[in-house]
Parts: sequence; structure tokens; C-alpha cells
Amino acid sequence: MSDTLPERRIPDRLNSRAYRLFRSWEALLLAVAIAIFVVNSFASPYFLSAWNLSDATFNFTEKAMIAFAMALLIISGEIDLSVASIIALASTAMGLALQYGAGTPELVVVGLVVGLLCGAFNAVFVTILGLPSIVVTIGTMSLFRGISYIILGDDAFRGYPSSFAWFGQGYIYWVFTVEMLFFVVIAVIYGVVLHKTNFGRAVYAIGNNPTGALFSGIRVQRVKFILFLLTGLMSGVAAVCLTSRLGSTRPSIAQGMELEVVTMVVLGGVNILGGSGSIPGVVIAAFVMGLVTFGLGLLNVPGIVMSIFIGLLLIGVIALPRLWTMLARRARS
Amino acid sequence: MLPRIIPVRETILAGAILALLALIASRFAGFVAPSNLANVFNDTSPLIILALGQMVVILTRCIDLSVAANLALTGMAVAMINVAMPGLPIPVIIVIALLLGAAMGAVNGLLVWKLSIPPIVVTLGTMTIFRGIIFLISGGKWVNSHEMSESFTGFPRAEVLGLPLLSWAAIVTVLLFAIMMARTPLGRSIFAVGGNPHAAVYTGINVGRTQFLAFVISGALAGLTGYLWVARYAVAYVDIAGGFELEVVAACVIGGISIAGGVGSVGGAVLGALFLGVVKNALPVVNISPFWQLAISGSAILIAVAFNARAGRKKGRIILKSAEAKS
Repeated sequence: MSDTLPERRIPDRLNSRAYRLFRSWEALLLAVAIAIFVVNSFASPYFLSAWNLSDATFNFTEKAMIAFAMALLIISGEIDLSVASIIALASTAMGLALQYGAGTPELVVVGLVVGLLCGAFNAVFVTILGLPSIVVTIGTMSLFRGISYIILGDDAFRGYPSSFAWFGQGYIYWVFTVEMLFFVVIAVIYGVVLHKTNFGRAVYAIGNNPTGALFSGIRVQRVKFILFLLTGLMSGVAAVCLTSRLGSTRPSIAQGMELEVVTMVVLGGVNILGGSGSIPGVVIAAFVMGLVTFGLGLLNVPGIVMSIFIGLLLIGVIALPRLWTMLARRARS
Repeated sequence: MLPRIIPVRETILAGAILALLALIASRFAGFVAPSNLANVFNDTSPLIILALGQMVVILTRCIDLSVAANLALTGMAVAMINVAMPGLPIPVIIVIALLLGAAMGAVNGLLVWKLSIPPIVVTLGTMTIFRGIIFLISGGKWVNSHEMSESFTGFPRAEVLGLPLLSWAAIVTVLLFAIMMARTPLGRSIFAVGGNPHAAVYTGINVGRTQFLAFVISGALAGLTGYLWVARYAVAYVDIAGGFELEVVAACVIGGISIAGGVGSVGGAVLGALFLGVVKNALPVVNISPFWQLAISGSAILIAVAFNARAGRKKGRIILKSAEAKS
């Protein structure tokens, strides 16, 4: 024991930008993505084909669209478990509109509007009535899908117009799909909104300290309202893409997708308790999940076994860093 | 004694159930015949048992979304054990079911306790993992009634004093819980942990451990229900009780158990489950498609949570934020 106090080191400058990037969660995730890519290309001879890889992007593009909005919502300290049910309801509404002779533009409008309305419904319960988002969205999760079941029963809507197929089955150029274009555009928009605008700063502020945010003049409830609207809207976009890709609507469409969306967000480094996270992280996480499920699919692993993997991923991604700090603390003391 | 809030809420709920029964009885008198009401109760028994387990978890500011998957996995496991060893006596099967379920609950509980991962994330994850494991152990195949032994499928249906054992299982669970919640240190600490984790720590209650025990209790009951479910319907496959966790949470929320923790009662959970059970059984009688069930329990959650929010007005996020108090 020395008799002088240990010198306190207060950094007078930040670490260099490159160093911080190198040490970040995103860099780790990117390394994982590259490793999975390499392993997959050795594990299956069919992996390294432009068309196969293009097909593989369908594994994550629709989920990722929702994941971007969900990332903002989780950063702000809320959550929306009803996204998959919003897809079901929006898709059912599109199918219903189809029965009344709606064309492709109308179908898209119906899908997006229903998504928005569902988001607004959640938002009213959470922001205006002040209820916890977990219970509200667990409720709407069964309500929205329940309405689909009431409308459809064990039936299905089919016969979407061929021009509608463009969204989920179309190609922009060579192997680049329309959904990929949506994915990129939405990623850029959300990246800019979260990282470069006042609104994005407000989202972080709310997630870190809602009371503090309120006292610094941020309209907390309004920001949250908008975030729920955005999540609903993105679910609507995903519903359009998914319905267009499948070409039919059943009430069980996108069942369990909320889990994959939340997993993607958490894997992307967003703190499940709110306050931190980034869009580039979610983008890389989307690729990681897409590559993994595609790779496992090529190895003939059934879908339900993949869901074990996703569940483990969700828990593992949160548990491992905590386990790590816990062990490190124990080793130090 | 001052009239407390909780009994009032239960009275309202009991009144709502009676009004519902009266409404149905005015059109279909047969529905309220004692034998049919006994059937409704028997049909609701699994929900009552699970709702009590869920109640304990929610009281400690957690949530368990893996109960239905736990139920299905335990059900499949005991069904396969029965096929492999038809001679195994039923009490042993029940003990196995309880232990298996408790083990799965312990996994949830340990992750919440030792790693302080938000319960919603843990149980969302284990929910899919358990379902996946059913597929792995069964290879996606069904276990059908002709493969199960007669005593295995007969147990929940065996009648004692005019009621099937399934109903008795629910009644015994209710009684045990009524004693546990009101008369044991564990029951009181469950309330204390949910009501105010910081204060609970200062009274010497281990918050994490109490949450862990809540998950174990919920898991054990899910395991028990798993056996009863599979034996009653005489079939086990990957998707049994799919989405049932939502109904269980709905029963709790309707029963006035605050999702923010610390507020709730055994009577509330039972009445919440009975309410859903009556609705479910009344639907075919009043000629409404069973496809309405999902939407009805969804709306019931929303209405109940909005209704209950007036009593205990606390801000949301509590389930996401695990109790800050670490011990």
C-alpha cells in the first residue's frame, strides 16, 4: 500500500477515431460476418454464387426494414412486439382490398396506411394513456393477428396482380433486387435521422434519461409517438414486400418475426435497456443473420432448428459481454 | 378496516363474469347448468395453473413468455418417456414433469438473476429454443394416443368426488398459492421485491434470488400442465399450446396483476383465467367462430391494462429495466 493517492488519469483528448472504430462492437460484428462468409464458402460449394447470395438477401431485407425503426424505438427505451402481427393485418387488408378490385398502387397505399394506423394505435396506448409498451404490444400482437384470423379464418387471399410482384420478386439490375434497394435506402434514411439530426439526438436523450430529456425541452411523448408510427410504417413496407414475394396472404404470415427483428437489433449492438446503439451495427447484424440462416439452409438444417440458433444468439449476445465483465471484475478483485 | 382497492377490483371482475354468464344464460340456459359450468372450469384449469405461475413472475417485475413452450417441451418429453417405458407409474411421471419444467424455469431465472438480462429478452429467446428442442427430440413426429399407455391418458380424466383430477389439480394449486402468497416468507418477499426492490434489499430480501424462485415456480407449473395437457388431449407435437403464453399473460393482466410488479392477488389471477375461459367456451355456443378468440384476448389485455393503470399509476419500462437493486 502506498501512502499517496493513486494518480487519477483524466484523459485530455479522445482516442483517435480510427482506434474507436477498431474497438467498437460494429468492428467485431463485421469480423464475425466476414468469418461466417469465409466458413460458409468452404462449407458449401453453392454458397459463392451471385444468384444464390442474391436469394439469400430475402432472409433479412424485410426484417431489417423493421429492425431500423425498432432500433430507434429500443434506443428510446420502448419496444414493439406487435410488428409481425402488423404485417399480418396489413397483408390481410391488402388481400381484402384486392377482393374489391384494388390495383397495385392502391394495394401499396392500403398496406402502408394499415401499418401506420397500427403504429398509431400502439402509440396512443403508450404515449397518451402512459401504459408500458411491453404489455400494450403483447396485447396488440394478439389483437392485430386476431383480426386477420377473424377476416381470413383458415382461408387465404391469392391472385395478386403481376405488377404487384415487382416489390418482392423484381430486380433492379442483374442480381440486385428491389428489396435490396429498399433496404439500402431505408438504412441510409434511418442512419441519417438517428446520427445526424436533432430528432436522433432526442431519441438517445430519451433512452438515457427520459426525465432529463423532458426537462431539456424534448417533447418525449411526441418523439415516442413518432417512433411507434415509424415502426408501424416500416411493418407496412415489410408487409408489402413479403406479400408481394409470397403472392398470398394467410393469417399466420410472418409468425414469430418479432423475435428475429428484436434479435437483429440487439445483435447490432443496441442496448435493450435503451440509450445506445447505431444503425451501421444493425446493418451488419442483418447481414450476419442473413448469412447464417442461408448457410445453415444450404446445409439442410430445418427452419425450427435455426430458430434455436436465433434464440441462443439473442441471449448469447447479451449474456456474453455481461459474463465477460463479471469474470473480469472477479479476476481483478 | 378500510375497504382496500384489491378486493374491489376482484368484485368488479367477479361481477363481470356473472353478468357475462347471465347474458349467455338468457339465450342459452343450458350453458349455466352445473355440469356445463364444471366442464368450463375443467377446460380452464390449465390456464388457471399457468396464470398463477405467471402471476408470481409478474409480481417480481419480470415476465415469462416461455411458459407455453416449456409446457409443450415437458409434454413431449413425458409422452416420449411414457412410450419408451409404459409401466412407469403416473406419480413418477408427474414428478418428472415438475422437475423438467422447474429446470427450464431455472434456466430463465439464472439468466435473469446472475446476468441481469431483461426477462422479456430471456424468455423470448428460451421460448424459441424450447420449441426447437421439441423438434430435435421428436424429429418433428407426433406422439399419438394409441402410443400412450391407458393410465397416462386416463389420469387427468379420472373423477374424484364428481370432478376430474385436472380440475382438482387447479383447485389444489389455487389453495397452495393462497397459503404461499399470504402466509409464507417467500410469498411476502415476492410482493416486497415487486413493490420496491430497494426497500426489499434493505429488509434483507435477495431480489435476484426471489425472481429466480418465481421463474422456477412458473416453470414447474408449466411442466405439470405440460403432462396434464398432453394426457388430456392424448397427443403431443411441436406446436401444442402455441401462443398460449399470450392467453396466460392476458389472464393475469385481466385479473388486475400490475405489470409493473408488486400488485396482484391469487383471486385476481383465478378470476382473470375464468373470465377468458367463460368467453372461450361461450363463443361456439353463441355461434361465433373460434377464430375470434385471439382478437378477444388481445382486446381484453388492452382494456384491462388501461383500466388497471388508474389504480397503480407507474411508468412503463419496468419490465425492460430489471430491478436496479443488486444484492
